[in-house]
Amino acid sequence: MTLDKTVNNRAWFMVLPVLVLVAFNAVIPLMTVVNYSVQESFAGNVFFFEGSKWFEQVLHSERFHAALLRQLAFTATILAIEIPLGVGIALTMPRKGPWVSVCLVLMALPLLIPWNVVGAIWNIFALPSFGLLGRAINGLGISYNFTRDAGDAWFTLVLMDVWHWTSLVVLLAYAGLMAIPNAYYQAAKIDGASRWAVFRYIQLPKMRRVLTIAVLLRLMDSFMIYTEPFVLTGGGPGNSTTLLSIDLVKIALGQFDLGPAAAMSLIYFLMVLAMSWVFYTVMTREEART
Amino acid sequence: MTDTATVASRPMHSTGAARRAGARRRIGFSWLVPALYILFLMVPIYWLLNMSFKTTNEILGTFSLWPNEFTFANYHKIVTDPVWYNGYLNSIAYATLNTILSVSVALPAAYAFSRYRFLGDKHLFFWLLTNRMAPPAIFALPFFQLYSSVGLFDTHIAVALAHCLFNIPLAVWILEGFMSGVPKEIDETAYIDGYSFRRFFFKIFIPLIAGGIGVAAFFCFMFSWVELLLAKTLTSVAARPIASVMTRTISISGYELGVLAAAGALTIVPGAIVIYFVRNYIAKGFALGRV
Repeated sequence: MTLDKTVNNRAWFMVLPVLVLVAFNAVIPLMTVVNYSVQESFAGNVFFFEGSKWFEQVLHSERFHAALLRQLAFTATILAIEIPLGVGIALTMPRKGPWVSVCLVLMALPLLIPWNVVGAIWNIFALPSFGLLGRAINGLGISYNFTRDAGDAWFTLVLMDVWHWTSLVVLLAYAGLMAIPNAYYQAAKIDGASRWAVFRYIQLPKMRRVLTIAVLLRLMDSFMIYTEPFVLTGGGPGNSTTLLSIDLVKIALGQFDLGPAAAMSLIYFLMVLAMSWVFYTVMTREEART
Repeated sequence: MTDTATVASRPMHSTGAARRAGARRRIGFSWLVPALYILFLMVPIYWLLNMSFKTTNEILGTFSLWPNEFTFANYHKIVTDPVWYNGYLNSIAYATLNTILSVSVALPAAYAFSRYRFLGDKHLFFWLLTNRMAPPAIFALPFFQLYSSVGLFDTHIAVALAHCLFNIPLAVWILEGFMSGVPKEIDETAYIDGYSFRRFFFKIFIPLIAGGIGVAAFFCFMFSWVELLLAKTLTSVAARPIASVMTRTISISGYELGVLAAAGALTIVPGAIVIYFVRNYIAKGFALGRV
């Protein structure tokens, strides 16, 4: 946001439609959740005030801790793989010519596949019975079955997410690289900078802003992930791939435990909110600097 | 050849033949990385296509890298069975509705954020963004109750409105970025020339940010198209999205894998078409860092 803006409170009228629509979708459901989180329900229509009981229950529940831990492990793993891989691919992509369009279109393809279809594609791709990946790994003499073995399920889940989302990092990093003027490279050439020096002192600093966005977007979105693991493994085998969202939906819609589910929703939402705040602060600070 | 490769191929100390040969080999190598990555992306999609042209018996009975009894029966089933093709029409309907709705309300709001300072503007902007970050799983149940109580359950409008939760903030964010790139002097000149706000906005301003509108519409359509949890929660029969028809197929008729694969393959088509049209804008939209 630029600094030379006129003060005009009538601008609120222009924001009003957005405000009404988003408030309808965000405030009413959120208040419903808050309402449930402090009450006990009987037969779905009789409610008693319970105070912070559900919050204490959720915060002390081993099940929540386990799901949160799995979630953190998943997010850390995919970030550690997708960010360096995405940057590496963006660095080696062509800069001009007909191949640019081909690369962009083919790489963006996984981003536009409905999330349950992504799960379904990986399901039939990785099944040991008739999936190409499952057959290939078992053919190499390694026992692999993601529906039975927790480790294999994790491997498949991470591989699926890398397949699905690395392109986002590639596109962001690529856009950052394209914004570097050619003069920088010529200067580096005159100075005789090594390939590593060019990356370290020209490309990386110039990509900083887009990379911040890439990291934070992947962080948020991996925290929300639901459909793909749900279709791929259904949270199993056992509970081994039950991430936060899956656990939440299991409690809320499966067992209809509204109180604990609502309390868990709020704790979950507050965590995401805290991360969003960091995201927003970092981003606006970067923007103010440039 | 890439610019970076050019830089790398001119080391300062010597321009010896060995070094140049090494550099040339590196160019060959760097071409390989995106190629291998694209191969990795395409293999699962190939497997899906492969299955979609097989009969269910062949899928379950034999293992082959290409269909032995090549059949269009799976696709035929989808285009003739109303449950299947209505799923597609429903998904396209609510995604389009949502795109139009999100972009049209986001336009004035984005203009306000990019041009004016008003009471609580920064807080409002952050609050909007938090909705992009809110996990839909949290809202699934309250959404079901809310839309049931206002009588919109199982309509396209319900899904289109629900997806506004994350698409409006996104559209505002993208458009604000593009609008801030247009110099303010253009607005001022137009007013001096006697343009009314409305005339200026539609005749001058909107054409200037047409690219941005394209990018915003692309992302709105994309996120509405790929989302399943809310779409599934808010519909039962009349407005059921294709994604939900697919999950039903898994649970009810056991494994009708060929049809499932064909349906999956067809869900990729709209995305591929949309990407093709906006390919030149994608990088620009990302470059603004607004996703």
